[in-house]
Amino acid sequence: MGDAVIDRAGLDALVAGLHAAGYQVVGPTVRDEAIVLAELGSGADLPDGWGVDVGPGHYRLHRRADRAVFSHSAGAQSWKQFLHPPRQPLWSLDDGEFRAAEAEPTRYAFLGVRGCDLAALRTLGTVLGDGAQPSAGFARRRRDLFVVAVGCTEPGGLCFCASMGTGPETGPGYDLALTERVDADGHRFVVSVGSDAGAAVLESLTHRAATAAETADAADAVAAARDRMGRTMPATDLRALLVESRESPHWGDVADRCLTCGNCTMVCPTCFCTTTEDVTDLTGEHVERSERWASCFEIDFSYVHGGSVRTSGASRYRQWITHKLSSWHDQFGSSGCVGCGRCIAWCPVGIDITAEVAQLDALRAAAEGSPDADR
Amino acid sequence: MPTADELLDFPALAGLDAEHRQLLADLAETVTLPPGERIFEEGQVADACWLIRTGRVTLDAGQPAGPRYVVQTLGPGDVLGWSWLVPPYRWQLGASAAEAVTAVRLDAAAMRAAAETDPAFGYPLLLGFVTALLPRLHGTRARLLDLYGNPRDR
Amino acid sequence: MLPLPYRVAGRERETGDSVTLHLEPVGARIAPFAPGQFTMLYARGVGEVAISISGDPSLDGATLTQTIRDVGAVSRALCRADLETRIGVRGPYGRGWGLDTAAGRDLVVVAGGVGLAPLRPVLLGALARRAEFGRIVLVAGARTPAEFLFRDQLARWSKQSDLEVELTVDRPADGWTGDVGFVTEPLGRLTIDPTRTTAFLCGPEPMMRFSANVLQGMGLPAADIRVSLERNMKCGAGLCGHCQLGPLLLCRDGPVVDYRQARPLLAIREL
Repeated sequence: MGDAVIDRAGLDALVAGLHAAGYQVVGPTVRDEAIVLAELGSGADLPDGWGVDVGPGHYRLHRRADRAVFSHSAGAQSWKQFLHPPRQPLWSLDDGEFRAAEAEPTRYAFLGVRGCDLAALRTLGTVLGDGAQPSAGFARRRRDLFVVAVGCTEPGGLCFCASMGTGPETGPGYDLALTERVDADGHRFVVSVGSDAGAAVLESLTHRAATAAETADAADAVAAARDRMGRTMPATDLRALLVESRESPHWGDVADRCLTCGNCTMVCPTCFCTTTEDVTDLTGEHVERSERWASCFEIDFSYVHGGSVRTSGASRYRQWITHKLSSWHDQFGSSGCVGCGRCIAWCPVGIDITAEVAQLDALRAAAEGSPDADR
Repeated sequence: MPTADELLDFPALAGLDAEHRQLLADLAETVTLPPGERIFEEGQVADACWLIRTGRVTLDAGQPAGPRYVVQTLGPGDVLGWSWLVPPYRWQLGASAAEAVTAVRLDAAAMRAAAETDPAFGYPLLLGFVTALLPRLHGTRARLLDLYGNPRDR
Repeated sequence: MLPLPYRVAGRERETGDSVTLHLEPVGARIAPFAPGQFTMLYARGVGEVAISISGDPSLDGATLTQTIRDVGAVSRALCRADLETRIGVRGPYGRGWGLDTAAGRDLVVVAGGVGLAPLRPVLLGALARRAEFGRIVLVAGARTPAEFLFRDQLARWSKQSDLEVELTVDRPADGWTGDVGFVTEPLGRLTIDPTRTTAFLCGPEPMMRFSANVLQGMGLPAADIRVSLERNMKCGAGLCGHCQLGPLLLCRDGPVVDYRQARPLLAIREL
């Protein structure tokens, strides 16, 4: 099926259609002076005409001159909170019998998943869904998920999906993909179909076929975004760089800045670490275990009897960035970073992962006495 | 008397060439110590060292009440006796044969004289004894770390 | 990932702070285990902890044998569990000792303190298939004679002709007639064939490093030395991220790791 075109009203109809099909539709909304992913009551809840200014430790909304709906980036949350909730019950124990927590019936439809976030969903699928003991809750939510992706035409000041190979085009994993066009010809969305479920939903909407020019224009607009990335990750073998930098003097430098607050792990769309909590009632007869997000920056994350392995800030920052850019390859077969830039925006001291990597690279080159360092 | 080649069984002497090994063999005698034999006492003149072939030796320190504290056991391949190397040439601990022991006994005064006369003999000899000593020192330090202690008690 | 209910069917006090529990399933049982694997044991109202299985892998039954040392709240609760107490069990998890890959070779098993517990299945498993292996040597160190695990079993093994046992203590007690010295000392007295030996090490990390150094000094390649590593575990199943050591997820890529891979990781402070 070739591309289709829907207008802004068609987007509202898409939301309504997904509701009618039994999905809870989640998409960007404006709340608390930020773009927040929340349940959409209708297409009217979308952030028409809102954009963002982002920088290290900086995030502000601003009014756009046009009415674009998807022209923002680096929001404080990612889609992981719906598939891998910050807190979820695992089991309860009564009368010696363990009972798995009942699955909540929500089926999500995500509206507005950019290439970076789509790549994040793919890697979360590998981490949480493809192991020897997959997370049942995650697997079910992922299976029931409907994804409307968005080709990015307006990368933000902190974006580097291009150098991470995750965007600006949307990779696989969507049911429908939209490319937003707002210009003299009006406000419309070029729609590609990625699955049978997507085709079925599109069929229920008023739409027309896209012309070849419209399809090309949409592709060009996304491709052009590649040249407008706010950041670039150095083009070096990151997996090897982080391994070779384990004893770099740079970690002390980061430690002088990093507060180990863990914001980066909360906003990162691929950070998945959790811990378990058991709650007992007063009689001690009824126990509930739940899982909640954890962060490798927590001081007792690495606790073994006698103390924590990683107590210094330097070691905890090293752990986070090394896991994200290097160990992830060994553990899950890809990078853990999708280049969304959220960790840079939401770091209170503005630590920039791309700049830290550049510095590690430079220090390594200097240590090896490479000709580059001497120039 | 042991032959020079028999001394090759002891890693401590690996750095000596054949001529020097023969020199040492000439200073050595093979001894058998019955179980329970008191080999030396703390405070006595340290006049020999033993390269243990078979059996087990205990090193101990006396205490006012009760049996001697055993601080170390030695077995085949180990060197017994270090205090002969440096003044005051007095044993710091006592030693007993816990089981029947066969060993090569080397006369300390003769070894020291030969080493002083010929540094080409003395240096590899000393190096060999230090090499044998290091694992013992390391093992002692490892025991001080009390690695098997319960972390709760640290 | 739901725990299976087991009950304490038997218990033995091993030392002042260690207990062996024999657990029987109340309903469904976990899959048969390989030596070196662990389970997540749940003590009601207290929590879960990763414990290596210490039983005989050659037995067919569903009894799960686990030796626990009281080092924290959960392990204390497990050590105090009376007969019939319900314990939740998840597992078996992890990459084990790989005894099968050592067939045809000499085995050197080096245990420090409670490290003997995860190694006991290696010895039991090898003894059950004795003809498949060459020499089997156990070198075990403990703080004092009373702190050896499985003392009766060690005494029986010491008398057997099909394996060599060298026991040593850091500090003797009256009546001890065995070795006194760190475990590296009787280990260093062994003559091994480094071309056909596989070594299995378990105990405190410094003890494993020191013992590995001695073995490498004898010419044993790092790839033929296997260590069992321990880090914080919450899920035991590769989902929570806690047990990382560099690129390794120890619940999945360990706890048994070959020393060629482990050595550089253990050398870095706070990795």
